[in-house]
Amino acid sequence: MLEIEDLHVHYGSIPALRGISLFIPRGEVVALLGSNGAGKSTTLKTISGLLKPKQGTMRLNGERIDGLPPYAVVQKGVSHVPEGRRIFNRMTVRENLEMGAYTRRDGEIARDMERVFELFPRLAERCNQVAGTLSGGEQQMLAIGRALMSNPSLLLMDEPSLGLAPRLVEMIFRVIEEIRSRGTTIFLVEQNALMALSVARMAYVLETGQIVGSGEAAVLLRDPKVRQAYLGEPPESAENPG
Amino acid sequence: MEFALALAPQVLVDGLVLGFMYALIALGYTMVYGVLQFINFAHSEIFVLGAFVGVEILLGLQGAGVLAGIPVWVLLPVLVAAGMAASGFLAVGVERVAYRPLRGAPRLVPLLSAIGISFFLQDAIRFLESIWRNAFYLTYPSLEGLDRRIQLGPALDISVKSLVVIGSSILMLVGLTFLVNKTKMGRAIRAVAQDPETASLMGVDVNRVISLTFLIGGAMGGAAGVLFGIQYSLISPYTGFIPGIKAFTAAVLGGIGNIPGAMVGGLVLGLLESFSASYLSLLTGGAFGAEYKDIFAFSILILILILRPKGLLGEVVGEKA
Ligand SMILES: Nc1ncnc2c1ncn2[C@@H]1O[C@H](COP(=O)(O)OP(=O)(O)OP(=O)(O)O)[C@@H](O)[C@H]1O
Ligand SMILES: [Mg+2]
Repeated sequence: MLEIEDLHVHYGSIPALRGISLFIPRGEVVALLGSNGAGKSTTLKTISGLLKPKQGTMRLNGERIDGLPPYAVVQKGVSHVPEGRRIFNRMTVRENLEMGAYTRRDGEIARDMERVFELFPRLAERCNQVAGTLSGGEQQMLAIGRALMSNPSLLLMDEPSLGLAPRLVEMIFRVIEEIRSRGTTIFLVEQNALMALSVARMAYVLETGQIVGSGEAAVLLRDPKVRQAYLGEPPESAENPG
Repeated sequence: MEFALALAPQVLVDGLVLGFMYALIALGYTMVYGVLQFINFAHSEIFVLGAFVGVEILLGLQGAGVLAGIPVWVLLPVLVAAGMAASGFLAVGVERVAYRPLRGAPRLVPLLSAIGISFFLQDAIRFLESIWRNAFYLTYPSLEGLDRRIQLGPALDISVKSLVVIGSSILMLVGLTFLVNKTKMGRAIRAVAQDPETASLMGVDVNRVISLTFLIGGAMGGAAGVLFGIQYSLISPYTGFIPGIKAFTAAVLGGIGNIPGAMVGGLVLGLLESFSASYLSLLTGGAFGAEYKDIFAFSILILILILRPKGLLGEVVGEKA
C-alpha cells in the first residue's frame, strides 16, 4: 500500500527524520511508536504533503506521492487525523463532516455520513452544534469522522487517544478495529503503546528521526526493550551485563 | 427641534447610501484579513478601478452617441458587472504578484508591498487616463431617470440612484452571505480562514481559495466603485483613499475578519457620519459645523472600540497552529 524509502525531512536546517524506511501493507493497522519529539507527527505530515521531504521516496500503490501538495494526496485516498484534533471550531459538526468530504463528487456522501453517525452516535445528536463547544472526546470523534468522510483507503492517525479518559480510549480503539475491518488501511501514531500494539499487526519504533526497531506487534509486545521504553516497565538487570 | 426631526429621514437615507458603500468596500478588507491576517492596503485602488471602468464604459457609449438609447436597467447591471470583473481580477493579480511571494515573510513586509501597490495603481490609472483622455478627473455622465426623486412621505424623498445603490448593495450582501454560509465554496473559505493547514488536509487547494477570496472581495469593491461614481459623479485616481480608510475602519468596527461585522460596521459608520454632518452644528449651537463630522464620527468609533475592542460583532481570525 504505502512504501517509504530513505526519507529525510528537515525543519530549516534541523533534521527531524534521518532516512527512515517503512512499509504499510494493505488492510492492516501499522503502529508507529516513539517518545516525544521522535518525529512521529513529522512522518505523518510528510506523507500527507504538509512537509516536503529533502530526500527519499514515498509510493502509494506504486505511485510516487512525495512532492505532491496536500490536496492532491487526499485525492489519492490518504486521509489524516491530525495531532490535537484540529477540528473547525466555528463550524457545526455537520459542516466539519462536509469538509471531510470536500474532494468528493459522488452521491454517497450522505450515506457515509450516516456510517460515521453509526460509529459515533454522539455526533449525530450534536449534528448542528458548533464544533468548538464539543468536549475533548467528542472533538476526537469528530476529527476521526471527518477524516473518514473522504472515504480513504489509507488513514493516518496522530495520537487519537491523547488526553482521553480510559473508557474513551477503549472506544477509540474499538472504532479503529472497526474501520480496519471495513477495509481501510491505518497508520497509527501512538504514545499509548500497549493499546497500539494490541490493535496493530505490525509496528515501527522511531527514535530521534530514525527507525530503531520494527516487527510483528505481538513480538514487540514481548520485547523487553520495548516494554521498558514504552510500557513503563523497570529495566531488567539481566539484560544489561556490565 | 422640529426642523431637526423633519430632517431625520433624509439624513437616514444619506447615511444608508454611504453606509452600504462602506460595507461593500469593507468586505474586501475583512475577507482578506480573515484568510491571511493581512491588511490589503491596495484595496482602495481596487475599488477605484471599478469606478474608472464604469466611467470609461459610459464615456465610450456617450462618445459613440448611443448612451441615450440604452435603457438604464440594462446599463446598470452591465456597469456593475464590468466593474466587479475588472476589480476582482485586479485583486487576484495583485495577490499573485505582490503578496504571494511574500507569504511567510514578517508581517510588515507584505504590508509595505500593499502600500507600494496602492501608490503604483494610483499613478498607473492616472498615467493611462492622462494619455487616453488627457484628464484624470472624470465625471460620470448623468443617466436618464437616475436623478429623479421619488416622494416617499411629506418630508422624505429619495433619488432613484440612491435607491439603486441601496438595492444593489443589499442584493450583493445577501448573495455573499449565502455564498459564504451555504455553499461548498464558502465552507472552503471559512475553513481556510480558521485553519489553512487542516483545510489543506481536507483536500482544499489553499492558494486557490486565497485567490477566490481576493476575487470576491475585489469584486465587491469594484461594484462599490461603480455605485460610488453613479452616486457622487466625480472620480479621480486618488478618490479611493478616504472611502478606503473609512471602510477599513468599518471593518475594524464590526470586528475584523467578520463578514456580517463588515456590513454592520459600514452601516454604523455611514449613519454616524451622515447624522453628525447634519446635526453637529445644531447640537453644538453652531460651534462645530458639518466639516467636523469625521472627528465626531471617529470619536464615537474610538469610544465603541474602547468598550468593545474586538468590534461590534467580534473579531474573527484563524486559530493558528
Ligand atoms: N515546525 C517545526 N519547526 C522546527 N522544528 C520542529 C517543528 N515541528 C517539529 N519540530 C521538531 O522536530 C522533531 C520531531 O517533531 P514531531 O512533532 O514529529 O515529534 P513527535 O514524535 O510527533 O512528538 P510528540 O509525541 O511530542 O507529538 C522535534 O525535535 C521537534 O522539536
Ligand atoms: Mg506528534
